[in-house]
Order: sequence, then structure tokens, then C-alpha cells
Amino acid sequence: MHIPDGYLSPSTCAVTYAAAAPFWFVAMRRVRRRMQGRAVPMLAMTSAFSFVVMMFNLPIPGGTTAHAVGMGLAAILLGPWAGLLAISVALMIQALFFGDGGITAFGANAFNMAIVGCFVAHVTYRLAAGNAASTALRRTVAAGLSGYVAINAAALSAAVEFGIQPMLFTAADGTPLYAPYSLAVAVPAMMAAHLTVAGAAEAIVTGGVVGYLQRSHPELLVGREDGSRRSPRALWAGLGALMVASPLGLLATGIAWGEWGTHDFADAGVREQIAGASGGIAPPGDVPTGLARIADLWQAPIPDYAPSFLHSESLGYVLSAIVGVGLVILTCALVSWFAARRAPTGAA
Amino acid sequence: MGEQSFLAHSHGRNASYAERIVGGLAGALDHALEAETFASRRGLLQALDPRTKLACLMALAVTAVSVHSLIVLVALLAFVCVVALGSRVPLRRLWKQVGLPVFLFTGPIALPAIFLVAGPAIAHLPVLGWPISRTGLRSAAFLLLRAQTSAGLCLLLILTTPWPHVLKAMRFFRMPVVLVVILGMTHRYAFTLLETAHRMIEARQVRTLGRLSPRERRRLAGESAGVLFARALAMSTDIHQAMIARGYRGEVRLIESFRFRKRDASAFATCAVVVAGALVFGR
Repeated sequence: MHIPDGYLSPSTCAVTYAAAAPFWFVAMRRVRRRMQGRAVPMLAMTSAFSFVVMMFNLPIPGGTTAHAVGMGLAAILLGPWAGLLAISVALMIQALFFGDGGITAFGANAFNMAIVGCFVAHVTYRLAAGNAASTALRRTVAAGLSGYVAINAAALSAAVEFGIQPMLFTAADGTPLYAPYSLAVAVPAMMAAHLTVAGAAEAIVTGGVVGYLQRSHPELLVGREDGSRRSPRALWAGLGALMVASPLGLLATGIAWGEWGTHDFADAGVREQIAGASGGIAPPGDVPTGLARIADLWQAPIPDYAPSFLHSESLGYVLSAIVGVGLVILTCALVSWFAARRAPTGAA
Repeated sequence: MGEQSFLAHSHGRNASYAERIVGGLAGALDHALEAETFASRRGLLQALDPRTKLACLMALAVTAVSVHSLIVLVALLAFVCVVALGSRVPLRRLWKQVGLPVFLFTGPIALPAIFLVAGPAIAHLPVLGWPISRTGLRSAAFLLLRAQTSAGLCLLLILTTPWPHVLKAMRFFRMPVVLVVILGMTHRYAFTLLETAHRMIEARQVRTLGRLSPRERRRLAGESAGVLFARALAMSTDIHQAMIARGYRGEVRLIESFRFRKRDASAFATCAVVVAGALVFGR
């Protein structure tokens, strides 16, 4: 999981540093505001704890051992913003002092484990734990699940970073200059290890520590989700801005790779585009039989984000965005309503 | 740690679970002590300003990741070895802490590329008959050499520079002061926690007869981590109160007392020549 130097190109490293920077900036501001003077010792101790926890190798069912990263724990116990800072600091010390993870790849490691990991763990834990009491067994299970999902999300992110290297960075003779395996190899290889061994280690440590704290220090599990009770006004404003900006998609030309329709195989121009985007490999002359069989099983009510009664493409995009967001909100509301009806009010 | 790292994995397979954890924790403590010993020796890198070392070694690491020539990468690795010898870091240590871990971690990742990367076959694996491609070999060599060179540079920085000096040098390069302080405290208290964990696991080990079942071992690890977290939080409160008692009001200041000398300018010039040469010949 800790990507060493040399696996990612300098431009990939620069992009991941740039992607991580706003998260570090916002996290630092939020944590300083929330913890005031306590931020420094609190973050230092949690980073030190994450660092030490990574040295605990665990026996995994099946006979092997693995260590946890602690991203699930950091997100649950500190909240995602403070958690991402704590894990980033631990990763930097590991990279610089212990050579575990590269210096040029530090941005990628922090993006995968600290940012993706902490936020996925936070969301998974909140969804799975619901309103259960702090000592409920459901919280222990939710903690284990959040660790498991978080490390797999981080591994998927790393696998994608590995997998795009041979597509983008090769020598003139075709030699891959960095991680040599394509997405078709990198993703299954990474996920096989993390869905089984590493995921189990993260789940055991996260669930085990939360279980222990429920018995010995339940107060540590209460009220640590920073930002969870903030007004969602900014979120709604951002969502509205994104909906208004949705016609920007019209600026993109061509068809997204893999989103071809049956009629695209007969169009010479589109065939050329497909070949160009597929490394020069021409698409088959006829529509693949599987695609032809199932392509018409479902007809979208708003095909290509353009309702037939609207003559403006831009307006069609905005309307599609509103309908899509509305459907997502409705689905979430229904799921929350069912979960609230089924959730126990006390300890499980 | 189960990944590529400077820590030696010396504990045997027959060691008990607790012994293996203790071995890992002790390895981290030993690495820190040895780093301090090397940093206090007289040598090429030890004589330089930490800011010079940080800037030069980072520039060389980025160069190692950027060049597209195996010959240039071999030359960079040779340069790292020469600098290590000049800094009184034995090549055996470089091999033990960088060479071997990189081979053990990156080797198994790089090896299949020899067969999986498409390209003209230059030989076939005996018995199995798998084709060994030229591009696959080159690709595996790139991965190994880049990882070796960058990790070697990082180890040289850590073995020849006390950690507080590395942090002060980071501050010079405009890293936020709060982050520098957190990094310094994390480093210091990571070792305090390592010692706590070491004592905790060792105490458990001497009270344990026979071998623990996998379930008991998982429980031991989970509970030990829980105890550590609770202690870490308690310690953070104590530290905060101690900081307030010493006048801390949320603002952090560091004393910066580095001196840039002629030898630092020479080191900068040498590094610039090596980086420029590598980038020109490594295109």
C-alpha cells in the first residue's frame, strides 16, 4: 500500500500532491479552529499512535499476517479532517525516517490512505453505525467494516495510479517507465490482497480497538465526528453551482471510452475515435453479440441528458442534473427512513 | 513492517507472536539510535548544512524518478554509494537497509513484468518456456533501480542528519511551522509510545505460557492498540498542559541557526552538475 519511489511518474506525483494540498489546507484550518491550542499535541500523539499501530502484525485467518494502517481508527476517533492530518504526518515520518513509502510518492500515499481512506471510513462508519449507542455491538461491527472498506478504497485508488502508468509513460520502444502493469492487472492484483489479507487486518484492528474503548473508555467514542453537526447550507450551495455548471459537459467532444452504443460501430467517424482512444486497436466490424442482445433491454427516460420536449441542450443538462440530484436525495431519504425505523434505540 | 522499509526483519519464523512484535518495535528504536550515531560522525554529508542536504538529496531523488535511461540510473546509484562511503556509511548498511528490502519488496512486483510486458522475446524460461521480453526486463530494471536510488538517498539524509535539523531545514523551505512542530512531536512521542508498546507486549510475553491461538493474538493486538490510544490521548493532554505552563499560546517559533558555508556552495554546484548531466543524458 505504501508506494515507494519509482513506481509513479513525476507528473502523477505532482498531480497527487496538488490533489492532496487543498485537503491538507482545509484540514489544518478546521482542526486549528476546533481544537485551538490543543491541536498540536493531539495531532502529534494520534500520528504517533497511527505509526506504532502500523507495526502490529496481525494473524489473519488463512495463516498469513498483515498490519493495519489505522485510517479507520483515525477517522472514527478524530473525525475525517483531523484523521487525515494524523495519517499524513505518520506517513511522512514513515517515508522520511523509515523508508516505508517514497518521498516523491508521498502525495499519492497521503491521497490514497489519509484522504480517500479517512473519508471513506468516516462515511461507512456513520452509515453502518447509525444512531446506535456508543457501547452498542453495532458500532464495533461498523468500525471493522469501515476499516475494511476504507483500506480497499485506498488500495483501489493506488491500483488506478499504478494501472495508468503504462498507458501514459512508455519509452520509444514500448518499455513501461514506471509501474509496468495495466489496469487489467494492477486492479485485480491489488484488490485480491486487500479484499482478503490487508482488509482483514484493518477490520480486526479498527473493530478491536473500538471494542476495547467501548468497554474501557466509552467517552472517547462520543462527539468526535468533527463537522458532522454543521449546517448543510454550503453543501446545498455547492450542489446548486454544480448543477448550473453541468452544461460544461457539452464542451467535451467525442464519446467517453467504453460508452459506445450499437449504432456507433457502424459510424466510420466514431470507429476512428474508438481506435484512436484504444491504442490503435480497431473495434470489431460488427456489433458484439452480447452488446447487441442487451443494449435495448432498458430505454433511458432522458437519453443523452436531453429531454425530447426541450430544444436547448444546456437547459436539458441542467434539468437532468436537477432530476438526478432529486432522485438521489429521494433514495437516500427512503433508505434513512427505513434504517431509522429498524434501528434499535438502545444498546444492541 | 511487511513493506519496503529501512528496518531489518531479523526475528525468526519460530519466534512467538509477542516476540515478533517486540522485535519489530525494537528494530524501530535501534534504527533511531543508529541514525543518531551516524549523524554524529565526521563525514562528507555530516559536514554540510541540513538545508543543503535536504535540497540536494530531494533534487537527486526527483531526478532518479525522472530520467529515462538505465545507464544514467546506474550512474546515479553509483554516485549514492560514493557519497555514502564519503559520509562513513558502510555499503553493507546501505545494502541491509535499502538494497535488500527493495529486492524483497519490489523484486516480486518487478519479476512478473519480465514475462508479462509485451515485447520482442530475447530468451525463454527453461522448463516453462515463458518468453522473456526485452521491454519487460528493462521495465523491471527501471523499477528496481529507481526504488534503490531514491531509498538510498533518503537513508543517507536520515543517517547523516539529526531529525530536529531535518525539520528546521523543512521550515526554511516554507513548510508550515505548525506542521514542522507536529512532525517533531510525532517523531519524539512515536518513540515514547514504541517504548510503552514494547514494555506492554514484553510484560504480556513473560506472563504467557505456551503459544497463543490466532484469536487470542488478534485480541492481544486489538487491546494493546486500544490501551496505547487511551495512553496517547492522556499524554497529549499532559503535554498540552506542560506547553501552556511554559508559555505556549498557540503560536510556534523555532530557532534557526544554520550557517551556509563554502562547502555548501560546492555541494550545491556538484549536485547541480549531477542533476543537469542526468537529465541531459537520461532523456
